[in-house]
Amino acid sequence: MSESTPSQNFDPVASRKRCRKFRKRILEISQQVMALHIGSAFSCTEIVECIYFSLMRNGPSHNSPDTFLMSKGHGCMIQYVILESMGILSRQDLDQYCTPEGRLGCHPDYGNPGIEASTGSLGHGLSMAIGMAIAEKGFGKDGIIYAVLSDGELQEGSTWEAIMMASSLNVDNLVVFIDNNDFQSLGRTSETHPSFYPVDDKFTAFGWEAVEVEGHDTQKIFETVTSRSGTKPLAVICKTTKGKGISYMENIPIWHYRSPNPEEYLIGLKELDEQRS
Amino acid sequence: MRNTFSEALYEAAKNDPSIYIVVADISPAGSMAQFSTEYPDRFINVGVAEQSMIGICAGLALKGCQPFAYTIATFSLYRPFEFIRDDLGYQNLPVTVVGMGAGIIYSTLGGTHHTQEDIAIAGAIPNMQILAPCDPLECIDATKYCATQKTGPIYLRIGKAGEPVVTENAAEPWKFGKLRYITRGTDVCVMSYGVIMKQAKEVADTLRAQGNSVSLVSAHTLKPLDRDGIADALKSHNKVIVIEEHAPQGGLAPQTKQIAWDIRATCDLHTFTLKDAFIHNYGSHDDLLAAHGISVDKILSSIG
Repeated sequence: MSESTPSQNFDPVASRKRCRKFRKRILEISQQVMALHIGSAFSCTEIVECIYFSLMRNGPSHNSPDTFLMSKGHGCMIQYVILESMGILSRQDLDQYCTPEGRLGCHPDYGNPGIEASTGSLGHGLSMAIGMAIAEKGFGKDGIIYAVLSDGELQEGSTWEAIMMASSLNVDNLVVFIDNNDFQSLGRTSETHPSFYPVDDKFTAFGWEAVEVEGHDTQKIFETVTSRSGTKPLAVICKTTKGKGISYMENIPIWHYRSPNPEEYLIGLKELDEQRS
Repeated sequence: MRNTFSEALYEAAKNDPSIYIVVADISPAGSMAQFSTEYPDRFINVGVAEQSMIGICAGLALKGCQPFAYTIATFSLYRPFEFIRDDLGYQNLPVTVVGMGAGIIYSTLGGTHHTQEDIAIAGAIPNMQILAPCDPLECIDATKYCATQKTGPIYLRIGKAGEPVVTENAAEPWKFGKLRYITRGTDVCVMSYGVIMKQAKEVADTLRAQGNSVSLVSAHTLKPLDRDGIADALKSHNKVIVIEEHAPQGGLAPQTKQIAWDIRATCDLHTFTLKDAFIHNYGSHDDLLAAHGISVDKILSSIG
């Protein structure tokens, strides 16, 4: 496979600072629109930040040779605020989120700046990512496809069709992150689907390289990806906490979709500020 | 027709490295086998995994490729429907979903292998184009269009094997989005698409032998439908006969009736479709069509 050369050395302090900033920005937006999937965005904040700022060459820009695909489309608010921070989306885009004047909704829509595929219906992203990876190789390019899937999304049969195919097709330029926060709408995945665990074994059985990491540690995510063999597709099983960063949100299913009221908002901001390192 | 499709696709694909063929565990008919040998990187067999077939095609198209998804119609369109809607329709990607052996061609395999509603289902998706060539020659033209267009997704409904050539001396060339007059007349217009053009031609030939001036028309593009062309046909003939291998809803027949109402057509309009019923009997393709009222004799006796 072609080597992916991340554009910068990893800076854990800067990474944590960015993640805090992005969570605060998402909290801010939560005060203008109620439909946010805030818990899902906070769950994968470190994963997406690491992909954009440390793994993709040229970072979140129009000219990165690498591709990011948010298969768990409902977590896209973290993608939006990162794209905003890099000027790919505008502040106005975010101000008009989910309004008749705007172009951004609760799920990524292909055609908007920085959005590589429309998602929202779970179980679509991995097959599309495989197709993208095949195309990159077919055109003789060295692009890496990065995709983020939810753990609930792993229950879709289509996802397993794709997991089966990726290794069989020798798609070695594909890196998939599983946002394994253990929650879906009706409770803990480990309780509703106990036989599903451990997850990494399932990927390994289908010919993938699979590694489990602490999903809120960007340095570990970075090191896991950059030290991969590069001969197989890589699955990074990220152990995460839904609603990470705000105590009253963590592991509470209602925060999958609910937005904080003004009082909760201030508490959330305070908690994030107290996490300065 | 599937071999002709394969030959046309092979010719297009060998000169265009962006063309991929993604199949779901179906034997590569005709030249497709040659393609798979010569260009193994661009021939992908996903196995019995039709959702993945469509998703991979979408990913290829998102990166600038021109993919074809190919398997038996019921599995290429019905099984992965939501992927076709979201990945291809919603994102408006130039992917061709080939429905091979569409309609009730698989006449001994039972209802699980029939597509009686495919035009209605595919046609309901915004951005979707639908082509249904009536013979191997039209299949070549349609495949060439699919291999080069960037408008959006296409459902290409084709037959299987043994379809006769009916357009060799057609009055008009194939043109995307336009009715095609195979023969031009002034009294009766027989309009059809797909492999039952064979029966439509027999109806037209019989009516012509009876002294009528008969048009035989291929409505090969079901979406976008040539509404103006159909309106003209309704206005310029005394009698219009629509024959289609499709359920009564959502196909050519009801759309023709709608156009006839819109333009206050005064001609006689007869439509022959499959019934709104599954088929539990077996036999030849013609046997099953006849069971649903589509045979040359029944059509001729019905139109009086």
